[in-house]
Amino acid sequence: MTATQEPAAGTEIGRDRRRKEDQRLITGRTRWTDNITLPGMLHLAMVRSPFPHARITGIETEAAKQSPNVVAVLTGADLGEAQGACINAWPVVPDQVTPAHLPMPVDRVAFAGETVAVVVARSAAEARDAAELVEVDYEELPAALDLKDAAAAHENGGAIAHPDLGTNVSAVWRFDSAEAGTGGDVEAAIAEARENGIVIEREYRQQRLIPAFMEPRSTVVDPTGEQITVWSATQVPHILRFAIAATTGVPESKIRVIAPDVGGGFGGKLQQTPEEMITFAVARRLGKPVKFTETRSESLLTAHHGRDQWQRLTLAATKDGHVTGLKVDLLADLGAYVAIVGGGVPVLGAFMFNAIYKFPAYQFQTTNVLTNKTWTDAYRGAGRPEATFAIERLMDELAAELGKDPLEVRELNWIKHEEFPFTTVAGLEYDSGNYEAATARAKEMFGYDALRAEQAERRARKDKVQLGIGVSTFTEMCGLAPSRVLGSLNYGAGGWEHAEVRMLATGKVEVVTGASAHGQGHETAFSQIVADRLGVPFEDIEVLHGDTQISHKGLDTYGSRSLVVGGEALVRAADKVIEKARPIAAHLLEASVDDLEFSGGRFAVKGTDQGMAITEIATAVFAAHNLPDGLEPSIDSEATFDPVNFNYPHGTHLCAVEVDTETGQVKLRSYACCDDIGNVINPLIVAGQVHGGLVQGIAQALWEEAVYDDNGTLVTGSFVDYLLPTAADTISFDLDHTTSPATTNSLGTKGVGEAGTIASTPAVVNAVVDALRPYGVHDVAMPCTPERVWRAINSGGSGGETTEAAAPHFDESEGAAQ
Amino acid sequence: MIPAAFGYVAPTSVEEALAALAEHGDDAKIIAGGQSLLPVLRMRLNAPEWVIDLGRIASLRGVRDGGDHLAIGAMTTHHDVGQDPMVHEHALLISKAITHLADAQVRHRGTFGGALAHADPAGDLGAPALALDAIFVVQGPGGSREIPAADFFVDLFETAISDDEILTEIRVPKYGGWGASYEKFVRIAHQWPIVAVAASVRLEGDTIAEARIGLTNMGSTPVRARATEQMLAGQPATEEGVAAAAALAADGTTPPSDLNGDADYRRHLATVLTRRAVLAAAGRG
Repeated sequence: MTATQEPAAGTEIGRDRRRKEDQRLITGRTRWTDNITLPGMLHLAMVRSPFPHARITGIETEAAKQSPNVVAVLTGADLGEAQGACINAWPVVPDQVTPAHLPMPVDRVAFAGETVAVVVARSAAEARDAAELVEVDYEELPAALDLKDAAAAHENGGAIAHPDLGTNVSAVWRFDSAEAGTGGDVEAAIAEARENGIVIEREYRQQRLIPAFMEPRSTVVDPTGEQITVWSATQVPHILRFAIAATTGVPESKIRVIAPDVGGGFGGKLQQTPEEMITFAVARRLGKPVKFTETRSESLLTAHHGRDQWQRLTLAATKDGHVTGLKVDLLADLGAYVAIVGGGVPVLGAFMFNAIYKFPAYQFQTTNVLTNKTWTDAYRGAGRPEATFAIERLMDELAAELGKDPLEVRELNWIKHEEFPFTTVAGLEYDSGNYEAATARAKEMFGYDALRAEQAERRARKDKVQLGIGVSTFTEMCGLAPSRVLGSLNYGAGGWEHAEVRMLATGKVEVVTGASAHGQGHETAFSQIVADRLGVPFEDIEVLHGDTQISHKGLDTYGSRSLVVGGEALVRAADKVIEKARPIAAHLLEASVDDLEFSGGRFAVKGTDQGMAITEIATAVFAAHNLPDGLEPSIDSEATFDPVNFNYPHGTHLCAVEVDTETGQVKLRSYACCDDIGNVINPLIVAGQVHGGLVQGIAQALWEEAVYDDNGTLVTGSFVDYLLPTAADTISFDLDHTTSPATTNSLGTKGVGEAGTIASTPAVVNAVVDALRPYGVHDVAMPCTPERVWRAINSGGSGGETTEAAAPHFDESEGAAQ
Repeated sequence: MIPAAFGYVAPTSVEEALAALAEHGDDAKIIAGGQSLLPVLRMRLNAPEWVIDLGRIASLRGVRDGGDHLAIGAMTTHHDVGQDPMVHEHALLISKAITHLADAQVRHRGTFGGALAHADPAGDLGAPALALDAIFVVQGPGGSREIPAADFFVDLFETAISDDEILTEIRVPKYGGWGASYEKFVRIAHQWPIVAVAASVRLEGDTIAEARIGLTNMGSTPVRARATEQMLAGQPATEEGVAAAAALAADGTTPPSDLNGDADYRRHLATVLTRRAVLAAAGRG
């Protein structure tokens, strides 16, 4: 089925409900972690290493301890094993090289920004003041900074990020379609294409990015009750609880983790952080509540970064444009430690380089490399944006080589809608999709043919402003994930989700979900689902989440899983409520169970006007005066859902840019996208996800880059130099949807949290390169800065490296600063 | 993002401010709108023992007509200067530059004199002030003195204001009837300019009679594109007439290299932006 979905009359699903959580989130009058104040609470400040790699030879804490209102100054040695460890949940190969990761190292720092001491004081300001007084003696060690150099260091005597490991290579993970039996031999395909076809060979850089969520990370730990309570600005309260228990020896049942309202994450709060562990350890040691809230500078420096890969790609095709094989060879920078997903991020991309296409042969290899930089992990899309970028850039390159329209070349190779379900060369089964329909709609919205005509006209008159048109036809695997598949990939946990529906005596409904929101709108969307399912008013539903004592089971929020996994768990829990209520309704209505129909929130006796609302049954169950014999007085229900497959949204994104060839400036002209995300619960939330996702992906193409200098110092350590766009830098996007419902969940939904980010980056870069093809340009490195574009026009190549220096705008010493 | 503790004084007259400056000397920083100093304090790049706030000195605010010049009080906000009709009439280049300066919040807090005294060569006001030959009035223990713009900017974050002096007023000669344009080149809107060009021209018919051009972020101070100015005089206000002169705009400049662009790219940008700025100032953009 392919049509834009219209909500049925009287239903909540499909309504563009305003988000019920927004008033408190936008005004800030809510329980952000940093808003929490407890009696006697102490405050922490971290002392961090300025060096990327150094031995700690001494830490002098006396002066700090004498500072006003300082309670303690603690080092890694002071905390010892009580601080636990930061875990890697996904050793991608059995012999993965994984450095031990103490939250606060004892003798050696492995990246600039790593914590070496923590100051505890009565106020945050006093803690900060005293932190300046801690003197640390370092003996600098050679630092592994450049990814390519680091990958080869064990062979050529280069710097090793963790010298005792003897290598920077953490893992080499490989997939080959011939070995897996999912396709042919890629080397044979490439050899054949070298003789009789076309071979496209490219090397692309996925620059390092910083998630830059709005709310900096914050943790409060209260050790004074029977359980130790941890509030943290995290996406993963359940995983955090597990990790704290597993590494500190504190029983899981004695730990309560609460993720109160959380101000964004983008994957950046999918972590068990050193700061959380240090805060936990300090609270236990002092027996007092403590709080740590990072500064924005600390957040940019030490919260995990994303992307950072080199991609070596070989695409083989016939002369008429049929792709015969794709070979992918990645270098992935893990940073200083293997983070919680860590080396799994490039592996998540392994299944997506073949994208929407029917490639007969495919090979993927990633070499995961340790360096002395901030650790990297999931960032919106996690592996899939990298894969989508590579293949969508290559398909444009193939089209250019053939002299064909890039959409035509894609259509030659993509899976036709009648071929679903389709098992790909990477071994995944795509359940549904319609690339033809999404592409047709996107072209129509975009005015594709008219823009191509304008492009030709500008080229013909050698206009100083050239027009470029970029295409990205993406799919992704989301809704993480079938537990069995995760198990087969050595992931340390499952991919199920849990939900609970509680029917209150007053007719209100509490819904508990294990998917812990950090701003996506779960409360609204989940209320809509339950309202339809149980026939109760939207306003009467309260969604509870993010507290391990309320939501005792869950695997949290990442990988666009909340709706497609968590939403399905909720549907199943709601259906159980109805089934538990049915015999009670029959009893109270003095009818046979078989004669009852449930609709619009009421059990009705067929053929009569007799009936009873499910909320009335909830009241009757609360009283429990008159229930069928032997039935427990409860219709509350829970369900745990483990999907059988991933979930595969797709879409066609078209971007037009104007490139000022005199300056290299790139200006967005128009952007149209048609995403097929199956059935839509709330179009307004979906539009928000797509708009935000697009900006984040466009930002990788044009603006954002985490830059280190040769000393291992993060040059882009503030928003002066790390260029986050605002509304002033973007344009209005044209959005629409086609609807191919997912067949693996009962609502037919597909994930949308990452779609915009995954699709947009290659659309923009393809547009920039398309504008410059008359100048002989076939690549511009990201971000496509004006300088790079200008250099690509004037001297070929992809525009050169970013200069690793920033201009000062805030004077440190001189000047009046009046 | 918590500054180190500091003492705070908020004098209500320039004399009181000078006395506070004399008392605390090297241990003091002057705060005007705070848009540069506060980040410095919060990031702990500096920790002065005293902060002297000029915000309560009413006499330092406002724009007045000084006859042959406009006198802009050092503590007048960017917003107020940018909205002032006299500035628009007599110093259009300054009005134009302010529309590009930072964002609305900063324009309402930041001050004209504060930004100039901060002397960031990437600041948006230095090049217009230099191009228009503004006069900087500073007051010290011995009274006040006037510093021509050409002598005011000494180096990166360094001006001719002495440690015991305060910038009180900026006098801008009147340029009634001159066209103006500020071409600011950025990657994202709220960024400091990678390069910017401030141009003001006086036309006689279709000919450029006089041109004044200042360059932003093309060295450690704002700089004048004098070779371009000289060559423009007498040229027709056309693309061809302007291009050759604009090509000289970067002569003698020493722009920085950083992650937004290397020096050679900035020199190139300066020539392109100068051509555009001059043509726009001449109403031909």
